[in-house]
Amino acid sequence: MAKVTLEGLGRSFGSVVAVRDLDMIIEDAELVALLGPSGCGKTTTLLMLAGIYRPTQGRIRFDGVVVNDLPPQDRNVGMVFQNYALYPHMSVFDNIAFPLRLLGRPREEKKRRVGRVAEMVQIEPLLERKPGQLSGGQQQRVALARALVKEPTLLLLDEPLSNLDAQLRLLMRVEIKRLQRALGITTVLVTHDQLEAMTMADRIVILHNGVVQQIGSPHELYHRPSNSFVSGFIGSPPMNFLSVRIARVDSRLVFQSVGLQLPVPERLGTRLGERVGGDLLVGVRPEDVRISSAAARDALEGRVVDVEPLGRELAVAIALGAQYVVALASPDFTGRPDDPVWLVPSPERLYAFDATTGRALA
Amino acid sequence: MVPDLAQRPRTLGDVAALARRASWRGRLGRWSLHVTLGILSLPLTLPYLWLVTAAFSTKASFGLVPTGFTLRNWRFLWEPNLGFVSGTAGRLPNVWQVVGNSLILALGTTITVVVVTTLAGYLMSRHGFRHRERVLRGALMLQAFPGVTLLVALFILLRVLGILNSLVGVLLVIASLHLPFALFVMKGFFDGIPWEVEMASMLDGASRLRTWYSVLLPQVRGGIGAVAIFAFLWGWTDYIFVLTFILRRTSWTMALYLSAVIGEYRSVDYGLLAAVGVFYMIPSLLFFLLTQRHLVQITIGGAKA
Repeated sequence: MAKVTLEGLGRSFGSVVAVRDLDMIIEDAELVALLGPSGCGKTTTLLMLAGIYRPTQGRIRFDGVVVNDLPPQDRNVGMVFQNYALYPHMSVFDNIAFPLRLLGRPREEKKRRVGRVAEMVQIEPLLERKPGQLSGGQQQRVALARALVKEPTLLLLDEPLSNLDAQLRLLMRVEIKRLQRALGITTVLVTHDQLEAMTMADRIVILHNGVVQQIGSPHELYHRPSNSFVSGFIGSPPMNFLSVRIARVDSRLVFQSVGLQLPVPERLGTRLGERVGGDLLVGVRPEDVRISSAAARDALEGRVVDVEPLGRELAVAIALGAQYVVALASPDFTGRPDDPVWLVPSPERLYAFDATTGRALA
Repeated sequence: MVPDLAQRPRTLGDVAALARRASWRGRLGRWSLHVTLGILSLPLTLPYLWLVTAAFSTKASFGLVPTGFTLRNWRFLWEPNLGFVSGTAGRLPNVWQVVGNSLILALGTTITVVVVTTLAGYLMSRHGFRHRERVLRGALMLQAFPGVTLLVALFILLRVLGILNSLVGVLLVIASLHLPFALFVMKGFFDGIPWEVEMASMLDGASRLRTWYSVLLPQVRGGIGAVAIFAFLWGWTDYIFVLTFILRRTSWTMALYLSAVIGEYRSVDYGLLAAVGVFYMIPSLLFFLLTQRHLVQITIGGAKA
């Protein structure tokens, strides 16, 4: 159990900077997700926490103590790897007991503690088997048990669910979260799956090219994204972006582009008034666009391009001039490709971003 | 393209006929393959068959049928002093002492090669030190030079070091000349272990060394087995280095013993020669029979144990 502090943390490999200027405090018993596309520096950060990589910049503190130079074997960190990294020549019991064996714990204690974690992750009947005889899901539980058996101060999970099939993933998501809550272990989860991060984490760190884009709760990231990268990464299907220019038509502020014109909502008006003539990105989530089959005031005329059934709803791709927008529609939507439709984005759910920096405006 | 089938629609009968023909062709193909390979391998197998036959024959024959069964050719095993043997250059030492020497040489080579390559193979596989590629390439190139070209230089070197005429000297020479190959095999096996397993072990609280022998070594058992077999056979079968560096009869190995039986000028005792030859081959045969599986693994690429 520990509070982990990252101060200006960075790591470069030669001239390549993998992570830079990462500042954050991970509270005791908190579950933080590092989220980003591959190559964003999330695994590098995790391996720095583990002690495998030494930071080239900044400091890591466990409960206030700087641990930069502490080797991995002395950090009391438990880690679950994407490929599980079990020891193939040892039985499941020996795999889980390995950290205790290294501590020179007596047989009785090993048996008791391995038994307890095996029960927690429900693998008691498998203790005599070899990892090669287990399914992916079972191996995953063994890896989790091995990480938990030494009661680590910090638990690190590197894409722990990405090798599981969809159904199992859902189950393990819930189980890992339950265990983490019950044991109160400070946990850092690395994932490229926004859904996994949203559902499991107390807070999410979004990384892109080694730079933190935003740190916040899932709710904050979804509703108050700090830039276009974050808003495009969180949510599924992803947010729509339209390249537009601010113009004043009949004393009204509007977003304008080829074949479309949309009034600027009040909320954004004050900030954007001074940008008349400037380019920006307007973002709107698929769930915030209503499709109508009849023309209406301030509705955008478009053409259906494709309809994808998602089960509970339909994702409808619509061409607006030279740009595309995806909107969610109820299953009774009957439009077919090439049908004309009118789109009504909810004005209070429009986001505006600087066209060059991607920074959120307002 | 079968023209008559292209003309009309295929019937079930056609398909059945085609299937029968394919099955016949497959069987015929397998048979002819076996026969061809059998004939091609005759030049390799016949000498060995002759050797075994001759080892139990009373007099030299050039057929494969033994002429009069006898064990007299094997007397070198129980007669400590063979006395004058036709063909030998001088007196033969006690064969068991020679076997002992051969075993010391072979096992010594094995231990040296295994210890060095498990450590160096790990290092080569895991550590990105400066000029690693060049070191690896250089090592491979060394393997390409015939060791014989080094004979004189090595002779002088061993004399300066004071290990000429000793098994230790020969052992070091044989081991070091074969190390590059063994190193590559071991490196391949280490390459097959994911990094994460090593990281996991260190996070579990193990030091580097502990990780090496508790987690990594058990996973390269196949490689250790393969390298050990090769090293044993290098030591057991070497002739040129023992011939050059061992001048004392008490340090003779089986290769020298066999060569002495062949002799130089006089007529040869073929029965004895064959028996010694068969005796000399036994460990090699045993090794291959017991470890075929390991050997197949490494020739296929030595990736996974």
